[in-house]
Amino acid sequence: MDFIQWEMIWNYREMYLKGIWVTISLTLCGYIGGVIFGLFLGLGQISTKKWLYWPCKIYVDVFRGTPMLVQIFIIHLALLPSIFGQSFGWFVSGVIALILNSAAYNAEIFRAGIQSVPKGQMEAARSLGLTHTQAMRKVILPQAFRRMIPPLGNEFIALLKDSSLVMVIAAPDILYVSKIVAGTYQRFWEPYIFAALIYLVLTYAVTKLVAYVEKKTNNTINPRKGARA
Amino acid sequence: MIKVENLQKSYGDLHVLKGIDYEIHEGQVVCVIGPSGSGKSTFLRCLNLLEEVTGGAVYIEGKKINDPSSDINTIRANVGMVFQQFNLFPHMSVLENITMAPMQVRNMPKAEAEQNARVLLDKVGLGTKADNFPEQLSGGQQQRVAIARALAMQPKVLLFDEPTSALDPEMVKEVLAVMKDLAEEGMTMVVVTHEMGFAREMGDRVVFMDGGYIVEEGEPEAVFGNPQQERTKAFLSKVL
Repeated sequence: MDFIQWEMIWNYREMYLKGIWVTISLTLCGYIGGVIFGLFLGLGQISTKKWLYWPCKIYVDVFRGTPMLVQIFIIHLALLPSIFGQSFGWFVSGVIALILNSAAYNAEIFRAGIQSVPKGQMEAARSLGLTHTQAMRKVILPQAFRRMIPPLGNEFIALLKDSSLVMVIAAPDILYVSKIVAGTYQRFWEPYIFAALIYLVLTYAVTKLVAYVEKKTNNTINPRKGARA
Repeated sequence: MIKVENLQKSYGDLHVLKGIDYEIHEGQVVCVIGPSGSGKSTFLRCLNLLEEVTGGAVYIEGKKINDPSSDINTIRANVGMVFQQFNLFPHMSVLENITMAPMQVRNMPKAEAEQNARVLLDKVGLGTKADNFPEQLSGGQQQRVAIARALAMQPKVLLFDEPTSALDPEMVKEVLAVMKDLAEEGMTMVVVTHEMGFAREMGDRVVFMDGGYIVEEGEPEAVFGNPQQERTKAFLSKVL
């Protein structure tokens, strides 16, 4: 018997390819939804209106304070069936869970990013006659966004890894395929190391992409800084 | 032009302004002096409602501004403000800093806004810096851009909140020179300042504040040369 048997991976190559696609599509859908929802939650958290602040704050605390695995079970087995009388399969439940969870983390990133812009910036914009919305759009958010790129990139990587949790509701992602391979061949090193390798390659690619975006925005926002870097 | 009646401001139990009555006429340069914590900056910031007024009334051109029915954005567009820390927008070029508000608030076409901005930059002596970013400029240059930015809205009155306090000594002069030009052109200005020389030379009126009140007010020669109140005398003896 060979010490390492990579043929078992090769035999399941099509399932692995599909698994990679499942992981990527779940992560992308969850992330995009999570960023949009998170922006509103983050804005709600810096609102002075109590009826806006408290629901957002409680939401963020609850979703950050409970395990995602528990959230996935509740959404898939309890929440969706209770509302619609049934679940809609692993993809819908998985995406909803990823959106709801990452939105809570993104909300904190947006809140911190916006609050990191000095107060004088808002005052200067308002003193020129800009409305609060105009000041946010033209002055605060562009500055905040630049500071948010690294943490938003980290959140994408965290979500990519956390997406492996949806295998518990039978989503055929990278980890799920590895589990099948492991069960079939009764070998554990190869399939799980291979799964880890795929995640590593994916997260590494994202890291590089984020660094590129960061450099690019620095260039357009401030040419001199870009030139120095 | 600006009329203030029994203006009060408190943060919780802390009364910063305890009833200010004052009137500023068109074309006047009013310099507000006084020790730290006397409420002079708060007074200035109440004039464009950067601070929420807790009592009394502020009228600009006869209209009460601390009134739910008043359009605060329109009022602010006519009341320019220059800050101690300049507060330029770091992600925009000098030119964009100046053109942004006229384009956003007054819907001015870009070409016109840029043309105006270049005229203003020439005026403050920074015609060659249009494409630079704020962090590439010295403090004095940044403050002059901030003045040009405020002027771009063609305000009826300009408020200065300690405009030279954050500057190195050698840069104070260049900013004061720009302010002097404005004063000579007849711009209505309210200047909170520690520059007693400027207040004395350029002020039409000097207001001395302490403890949330206007203690003394008058022409510069009178306030500086022959102060009537003990607190004014004590303050001036320390700073002059």
